[in-house]
Amino acid sequence: MRYAVGGRAIFDGLDLTARRGRITAIMGPSGTGKTTLLRLITGQIHAERGGIRVFGEDIAKMSTKELFAVRRRMGMLFQNGALLTDMDVYENVAFPLRAHTKLPESLVRHLVLTKLHAVGLRGAARLMPSELSGGMARRVALARAIVMDPDILIYDEPFVGLDPISMGVICRLIKQMNEALGITSIVVSHDVHELSTIAHESFLLSQGKVVASGTPEELHRSEVADVRQFMGGLADGPVPFHFPAPDYAKQLLEDAT
Amino acid sequence: MSAGAESMPLATLRRIGSVTVFLGRILAQVIPALAKPKLIVAQIYNAGARSLVIIMMSGLFVGMVLGLQGFDLLQRFGSEDALGVAAALGLLKELGPVVTALLFAGRAGTSLTSEIGLMKATDQLTAMQMMAVDPVRYVVAPRFIGGFVAMPLLNAIFCGIGLFGAQLIGVSLMGVDSGAFWSQTQNAVELNDVAEGIIKSVAFGTACSLVAVYEGYHAAPTAAGVGLATTRTVVTCSVLILLIDYMLTAAFLTTS
Repeated sequence: MRYAVGGRAIFDGLDLTARRGRITAIMGPSGTGKTTLLRLITGQIHAERGGIRVFGEDIAKMSTKELFAVRRRMGMLFQNGALLTDMDVYENVAFPLRAHTKLPESLVRHLVLTKLHAVGLRGAARLMPSELSGGMARRVALARAIVMDPDILIYDEPFVGLDPISMGVICRLIKQMNEALGITSIVVSHDVHELSTIAHESFLLSQGKVVASGTPEELHRSEVADVRQFMGGLADGPVPFHFPAPDYAKQLLEDAT
Repeated sequence: MSAGAESMPLATLRRIGSVTVFLGRILAQVIPALAKPKLIVAQIYNAGARSLVIIMMSGLFVGMVLGLQGFDLLQRFGSEDALGVAAALGLLKELGPVVTALLFAGRAGTSLTSEIGLMKATDQLTAMQMMAVDPVRYVVAPRFIGGFVAMPLLNAIFCGIGLFGAQLIGVSLMGVDSGAFWSQTQNAVELNDVAEGIIKSVAFGTACSLVAVYEGYHAAPTAAGVGLATTRTVVTCSVLILLIDYMLTAAFLTTS
């Protein structure tokens, strides 16, 4: 698959498969286009060449109606939660149910409380999003993402900006959702340690391609320079520490004159 | 002709086209949006009820100024009894709809734009799309309908309070006969005059609400982008209100 913006290729020759019922981690340094890949997978933008198949269908060729039908089978957890700020926690989780179903209020209540209980926030049902911490907001967003019982759950940087406790909670929830509900999970992140504990398979992106794939253990053992730099958190390597710049000494002398 | 001068009309045309397409998308969602009356009522409350204080205060002061200026002018011709007519027609046909719309653009219009713009900047609109929900149906259409309904109601309140302000100054302060003030107003004001004000306020309500939701929905998803969109709402609405006012006034005068 190829995707370019203004002639600059973000992905060129990218090829990966997320298997049904498994947790697939997509890793890579900042700026490699991980979030762009999620936007491609969810049909918000389309590939220039090649295609993305979701449930066996090319997402770029779907009509809006078909795309929305596919999205009803997908849940997405945004980096910031993206909770609707004019509704409380309960209404946020109930939102997809009210939009897509005509379930009686008693059943909506039952489902919402069940999902909130699953993420440990049943007691926060009447709080507004502005009253939640970052970790709580992400857990509510997770409850909202699973309220329609999706087949696929997509997590965009679920660990960013969280304290170790919240990070552990989110990690456990991703694993639970996968194991208990059999949801296919795609997790985009650069947190190597957390992903290693939950992912069945990992893909490492760099320069618009998959440079390595396999289980977290295989990636840790890899001798590929890109993988070693990323997994080891090395400052310099194939991804240079310095942004391209003219010669240092020459520039200093030029500035002095 | 420079390239910049050429691109200006083109850019304006593109913008008009884009707004028209967006209006079509909103209108297509009006009926489905009406099926969620709670959302509409909340938006009428936001755009209307929350603008009441500024509308009532402004209406009172505009009416009082009309009373002072009208009395000063009319007494030169010995016609101060016609103060009620002058104030009523001035308010119903011009000042009511125009000033209400300008205040609406500044209070409710900016609020609509910044709210939708911030929802976009914080991924709330994308989240809705990911939940297979069209944000135009759930966010834009109810706000558009809310503004459309609120404007004529606010205009009626503005005119009512304005007339009270004019009466307060003319009758209570300047000594115009109360009976003459109200009876002449009753005799002179016709249904057409009231209709002119209502039609104008409906047109302004449509234009202001459309501009406000369009700018919010198309704002760049950054703090600066939302700020810029809010400014554009006020500027575009103000110019549009005066332009539409001229066109409608000319049309009413030609047909009467």
